[in-house]
Amino acid sequence: MSVDTDTVRRIAKLARLAIADEMLEPMAKELNIILGWAEQLNEVDTGSVEPMTSAAQTALKKRSDIVTDGHMQEAVLRNAPLTEHGFFVVPKVVE
Amino acid sequence: MTDMTDLSLAEARDGLRARRFSALELTDAYLAAMTAGQPLNCFITETPDRARDMARASDTRLAAGTAGPLEGIPLGVKDLFCTKDVLSTAASHILDGFIPAYESTVTANLWNAGAVMLGKLNLDEFAMGSSNETSYYGPVLNPWRRTGDTAKLVPGGSSGGSSAAIAAGLCLAATGTDTGGSIRQPAAFTGIVGLKPTYGRCSRWGIVAFASSLDQAGPMARNVRDTAILLAVMAGHDPKDSTSVDRAVPDYEAALTGNIKGLRVGIPAEYRVDGMPQGIEAMWRQGARWLQDAGAEIIEISLPHTRYALPAYYIVAPAEASSNLARYDGMRYGLRVTGKDLTETYERSRGAGFGAEVKRRILIGTYVLSAGYYDAYYLRAQRVRTLIANDFKAAFEIVDVILTPSTPTPAFALGERNDDPIGMFLNDVFTVPANLAGIPGISVPAGLSEDGLPLGLQLLGKAFDEETVLRTAGVLEGAAAFTARPAQWWRT
Amino acid sequence: MSVQEIYDARHGEKGGYLTGATGEWELIIGMEVHAQISSKAKLFSGSPADFGGEPNEHVSLVDAAMPGMLPVINEFCVAQAVRTGLGLNAQINLRSVFDRKNYFYPDLPQGYQISQFTYPVVGRGEVRVDLPDGGVRVVRIERLHLEQDAGKSLHDQHPSMSYVDLNRSGVALMEIVSQPDIRSAEEATLYLEKLRTILRYLGTCDGNMQEGSMRADINVSVRKPGRPLGTRCEIKNINSMRFIRQAIEYEARRQIEILEEGGSIHQETRLYDQVKGETRSMRSKEESHDYRYFPDPDLLPLEFTQAWVDDIAKGLPELPDAKKARFMSAYGLSAYDASILVADRETAEYFEQVAKGRDAKMAANWVITNLYGALNEAGLTIQTSLVSAAALGRLLDLLADQTLSGRLAKDVFEIMFSSGGDPEAIVLERGLKQVTDTGAIDAAIDAVMAANPDKVAEVKGGKDRLLGWFVGQVMKSTGGKANPQMLNDALRQKFGL
Repeated sequence: MSVDTDTVRRIAKLARLAIADEMLEPMAKELNIILGWAEQLNEVDTGSVEPMTSAAQTALKKRSDIVTDGHMQEAVLRNAPLTEHGFFVVPKVVE
Repeated sequence: MTDMTDLSLAEARDGLRARRFSALELTDAYLAAMTAGQPLNCFITETPDRARDMARASDTRLAAGTAGPLEGIPLGVKDLFCTKDVLSTAASHILDGFIPAYESTVTANLWNAGAVMLGKLNLDEFAMGSSNETSYYGPVLNPWRRTGDTAKLVPGGSSGGSSAAIAAGLCLAATGTDTGGSIRQPAAFTGIVGLKPTYGRCSRWGIVAFASSLDQAGPMARNVRDTAILLAVMAGHDPKDSTSVDRAVPDYEAALTGNIKGLRVGIPAEYRVDGMPQGIEAMWRQGARWLQDAGAEIIEISLPHTRYALPAYYIVAPAEASSNLARYDGMRYGLRVTGKDLTETYERSRGAGFGAEVKRRILIGTYVLSAGYYDAYYLRAQRVRTLIANDFKAAFEIVDVILTPSTPTPAFALGERNDDPIGMFLNDVFTVPANLAGIPGISVPAGLSEDGLPLGLQLLGKAFDEETVLRTAGVLEGAAAFTARPAQWWRT
Repeated sequence: MSVQEIYDARHGEKGGYLTGATGEWELIIGMEVHAQISSKAKLFSGSPADFGGEPNEHVSLVDAAMPGMLPVINEFCVAQAVRTGLGLNAQINLRSVFDRKNYFYPDLPQGYQISQFTYPVVGRGEVRVDLPDGGVRVVRIERLHLEQDAGKSLHDQHPSMSYVDLNRSGVALMEIVSQPDIRSAEEATLYLEKLRTILRYLGTCDGNMQEGSMRADINVSVRKPGRPLGTRCEIKNINSMRFIRQAIEYEARRQIEILEEGGSIHQETRLYDQVKGETRSMRSKEESHDYRYFPDPDLLPLEFTQAWVDDIAKGLPELPDAKKARFMSAYGLSAYDASILVADRETAEYFEQVAKGRDAKMAANWVITNLYGALNEAGLTIQTSLVSAAALGRLLDLLADQTLSGRLAKDVFEIMFSSGGDPEAIVLERGLKQVTDTGAIDAAIDAVMAANPDKVAEVKGGKDRLLGWFVGQVMKSTGGKANPQMLNDALRQKFGL
């Protein structure tokens, strides 16, 4: 599995990262080094081992259906680059 | 009182309670040290006004006899913890100007216990790095230098601001976070103690997430006792974090009995890696002897999947990070770089806001989660992770703690490993397995390298057995009698 | 034969085919319904889940995805999903997993939606849809999973910018995914109505489509009957029955036209334009559908016991299918009447109160014809109606004991409907009691006969149909209160018929 510049471009698009054209090649090279190195995992016989998605040794915590939060418009909006009338203002979304 | 900053946390606590000096005096001493220490670039934000306000409030409580367990203790906070009404950056350009309206649970615990905030400590951007060179706010310098050499060394990472500030005496202790070694490796590089607790022991609420299944906050301090005192305050159940564990917090300081008779200490064969400097190998053997001399039994053990921990980590952590960092999009907070449309605004904000290392990890993470690669990379890495956790489970059937070096090398020079991502990753080779398994680990300074740099030994314990880890660390610390301090070359 | 074809063959009925230039086409529809769970708080935060509010007021730091914020699940929302699963006769999974669905959108603050991808909380079930021809279309449910709603973007407030309100961000949704078992636009709306009925019976979703509590994504494809399934297009986010019908009909025609002209359909997401009545391609969704699902590391697997599920099952109400069957067997109602009465829980309860101890068919008739007719005309519902079930019952009693004629009963009903009140009181107050005194009826007949000798002669000459004219005249003179049966009998007697 080798990463080429088109793949880097596609992945960068998915991740919404602007990557300069001249950086695509070096980035592809770096990703190949890292992913190539990670391929040593293929040596491991994982058989029917369950994947470990959490190290938490507890059952999922649950909350009661009680309203305890919200009503903090100032706190929610205070760091926004742009707001108007209590809304976040963002570049026009075209559907 | 010029040497007030030489006191340990426990000594300062006792001095404050005995009213030998005031919290304000202690805080002022640290604020002065911070100013003198600015060449080290430990702090992203200093909060002297707040510190002095908090110290005055501590003095009031000390006078009233209502002091908390950390009353008047000046601490630094890794700038990955969100602090109410104080700039919180994760050392990233993308969080420009971000002033949270909330306080992380762990720091709230500290302030409720009476601690004083000196400021926000530098780190690798989003805690991604092992040298503190990826910070948007510039690298932190290690207060230590090689003997007869003025080359600038890294303080380790990602909690490099924390480690350097403690080693240089700019704060009494500090918070860190550890995703793959980010507390233990910088602690080892700077001759201090750093503990990564069991996953779920400290709340993650309000800490900027890097890799959610691996991140864990922990204390960094000058000695084991100070570390135990801090942990007792930082730890605890938090209903706001679904992965935080509802379990009583033991009296960690009381666990430091110095008695490890009959303790079974594991030495994992797989941690003898190629190219490890002789000095580190020798110190590891020395550490085992010290514990043996104190009555512990040394047992050779095997953790067969150790060598796969690092590659598994470098799949899992970027995968989670790629998703965790999606919220930094220039819409609701932080940097926005406007483009011709929405998509370009996203791309330019994130392109300009994230540094090279963060981008690299986001790209890797995005790639390994993308259609067609998920099974081959992410799922496989998580299966290997299970095997690594099982290795530890099996080992802890036989032993109580595991002794290893903290790092394969002492601190290195700035820029030395920037062109070699894998070489940089190898820093974490001994620390990463504990994060994957979720178990506690501590780094204790144990000696100096041939060129005069601190070296650390790591102890790993069973989940939620921080007490045994701390007790053993205390014995190690006593035997090593590590008293070396860096020359204060930054004071001109 | 595909599984679907075997299924169709076994179940017989098919929706009406569409006719194109090249003959008949079969329409294949599957639906993904997003139903907002009725709860006080959101799925992973303590913010209020109710509709409305000033912009960004029903928002916590978690809903706004501030750095370091973490989700904690609302247990009631899980119970609601399980309750719904039980109502759909579905498999309940005691262990399910929350995944992150990653994509960028300004109203998706985390940059991912917490959903369930590989392991949903509810597995296969079914919805039985009553068709107008009396048949039943069984629509198989593939799965039901829990997920977060996104916020809302407003595009028409500013020339170059969009406004984002996160009030809905994090509200609990159930996504209910059907198999492609629906065969016409009409069936699609009937399916949605039936699903809505079930959810409302269960109290798990208020079904308010205007407020967006229920929205549907519709997968539409066409094929020549008996051929393999065609390529489908997904029409996103429609929230009215009328638009669902229109969108499906438009989309089916569009696909048939393309195919008949030799073109091919490519799989895509389309948007229904309510103004133009057309579907169009959503370019923004086209660039990539790589959602990079992975288990959310901030949450552990969702696990509960069978005993907990059993407890929920015990509290389940009688559901529409069971109620309908009971109405048919216990009350002797037709399938059609029964299905109308069970369409919502309140109507069914109302009907049962009216029918209790009375002629159930008559009760059904009154509820469906008189009450429903009046409610529809007035734009009211059974809850806002002034006619209580008890009052309607007493009206039927007056009809049964002949205090009122059918016609008088309707008059009384109209008064009850417009100004409320007890039927007996209305009858007394307005003197509407039916005349059942034979003497009074005889006298009224005699008076009409005396005044119209020519008509009397005509009847006697054999013109029986003039009898009706006499009935009318007597009714007129008694103010409509003469008992019609008695009047008829008396008239016939007078004329010796």
